[in-house]
Amino acid sequence: MTASEKTAKAGSTARTTKAQAARKAQPARGARQAAKETKDTKAVKDAKDATGTTEAAVAADTKETADAKPSRLSVFKTYKLYVGGKFPRSESGRVYEVTDSTSGAWLANAPLSSRKDARDAVVAARKAVGGWSGATAYNRGQVLYRVAEMLEGRADQFAREVAEAEGLSRSEAAAVVEAAVDRWVWYAGWTDKIAQVVGGANPVAGPFFNLSTPEPTGVVAVLAPQDSSFLGLVSVLAPVIATGNTAVVVASQKAPLPALSLGEVLATSDVPGGVVNVLSGKTAEIAAPLAAHQDVNGIDLTGASAELAAELEAAAADNLKRVRRPSAEDWSADPGIGRLTAWLETKTVWHPMGV
Amino acid sequence: MSSVVPAYAPDAAGRLSGLADVTASDSALRRFLHGLPGVDAVGLEARAAGLGTRSIKTTAKAYAIDLAISMIDLTTLEGADTPGKVRSLCAKGVLPDPTDRTTPRVAAICVYPDMVAVAKEALGDSGIHVASVATAFPAGRAAMDVKLADTRAAVAAGADEIDMVIDRGAFLSGRYMEVFEEIRTVKAACARGDGSAAHLKVIFENGELSTYDNIRRCSWLAMLAGADFIKTSTGKVAVNATPANTLLMLEAVRDFRDTVGVQVGVKPAGGIRTTKDAVKYLVLVNETAGDDWLSPDWFRFGASSLLNDLLMQRQKLRTGRYSGPDYVTVD
Repeated sequence: MTASEKTAKAGSTARTTKAQAARKAQPARGARQAAKETKDTKAVKDAKDATGTTEAAVAADTKETADAKPSRLSVFKTYKLYVGGKFPRSESGRVYEVTDSTSGAWLANAPLSSRKDARDAVVAARKAVGGWSGATAYNRGQVLYRVAEMLEGRADQFAREVAEAEGLSRSEAAAVVEAAVDRWVWYAGWTDKIAQVVGGANPVAGPFFNLSTPEPTGVVAVLAPQDSSFLGLVSVLAPVIATGNTAVVVASQKAPLPALSLGEVLATSDVPGGVVNVLSGKTAEIAAPLAAHQDVNGIDLTGASAELAAELEAAAADNLKRVRRPSAEDWSADPGIGRLTAWLETKTVWHPMGV
Repeated sequence: MSSVVPAYAPDAAGRLSGLADVTASDSALRRFLHGLPGVDAVGLEARAAGLGTRSIKTTAKAYAIDLAISMIDLTTLEGADTPGKVRSLCAKGVLPDPTDRTTPRVAAICVYPDMVAVAKEALGDSGIHVASVATAFPAGRAAMDVKLADTRAAVAAGADEIDMVIDRGAFLSGRYMEVFEEIRTVKAACARGDGSAAHLKVIFENGELSTYDNIRRCSWLAMLAGADFIKTSTGKVAVNATPANTLLMLEAVRDFRDTVGVQVGVKPAGGIRTTKDAVKYLVLVNETAGDDWLSPDWFRFGASSLLNDLLMQRQKLRTGRYSGPDYVTVD
């Protein structure tokens, strides 16, 4: 069978079931592609091109339907968790509705994480500790800078999400995103400088070198601020991973979408899987097992209310977790290095001197 | 069949003689093994996967965890094993979780033959068995007298259980009688001077048997030859115990007991690392062979890292807090 015969045959078959073919073609290929094919139909027909024979047939077929300009089907994004470098749904299968902060309109369904998701996230974070804390500070700085680069490229998306989440105008939201990118860069610069600032050689009364070096705490659970869904989130997360810890982040309960999208940025910016794990859902529900978890080394209670924070602090005492209590914070102010040193342990080594 | 006897009972041999005609000659044995019904691989895997979806929670989970701990053959089979490592493993077997004395003991400590004496001494009168691999484990590629010397040395050093490997080369090339005789001879070598005998576990190395049909044939072959336990694998190859091949072996021991009235145990080994996996195997046992097999006498896990995960889950059930690797031993 020659190519042109094939075209004719395919064409006639398709014509007999015209409506069927049109219906089939659209959802299968996506409406945009079908429309594009329609545009090309004339040229393809004129040239009697032998390539893509069946496409030509289908395209010829969709010509009539295209006159009606079918409206494009919306493609909604399924927001998912970010755990261990993958994007799972909640183990529980639950979701909750996220709404626009001003109009109250539905934006998306976010996963409603369970305590098992928290447990899985801790396992992933623990697995990542060795590699990430063992990476050179310089390398961590490069990776964090890469995150800033990736964020810059998706600034529009984040500006939209932040505007919807926090009821800001587009220009205000864009400024928040810029500030967040700058904050990543700022913390990226600190990775290989913090040791010089908080570590050092200590003068001792004896024939010893005495050196103090800061080391990462380990797995840190981070309750992201509830009010600042993006700049606040970046301001609490970046210092945790800049110092070589790995993080399990509980996103803002009512505005988790920027955090879940941040997971996508981290997945494409050389941050090893498991270094950052993002959970969405009810803060109190997820935070309780994290605070009690024996394999979590620190917890940042920034996003917890006063009563919840007290409860979590008591639970965290069992394995002597580092706890950072919540306080009113201005996210646009100079952050200082307080959040970096909160997740560092000082190791002091005595070394004999002389011959 | 009026009653059931364990494979190590004195009258088990008498029961087996009921099937003496199938083991009378090489050709009769081949005819019998090839006459076993073929395995529906898709059905088997679907059944194993289906049984793996059962949800075992709260008190049932607590029971399953304790049962699984009591079924573990805590294993160290490394070239780098030292007496110190074996002793610490024994200490762990006796008292798996020092923070909770209600934790059950493991069933046995599984070591290489030269470590049997060390393990025996470390375990003392704790009641935990010492299992020893033998017959040129894991390859099984040695002369018969070497394999027997290996076995006798382990028994003489005090091993309560012998884990032998079969000659997969002979089995795969169809020399069934040779494998049958090998198992019989090793079983004879397990006898002690006082008339008792070490229990014999026969390792098939399922990963090397290629097909489910071969695993079914091998199961029957080993049981006919007098195995007390049939064991999936050495843990030294890529494919070890899987739910499907363990299910197949459980079906074999069930059918064998129905046929001749002799009960044989099953031991999956290798690749079982989490509590979830272990509980899935227990479901398989209960649903396939029945609860007669739900005891350390009839079902064992060959594992090393599984115990830590079981202990962490046990701590979680007890305290309500997720535990971590900082609270169990590094082994």
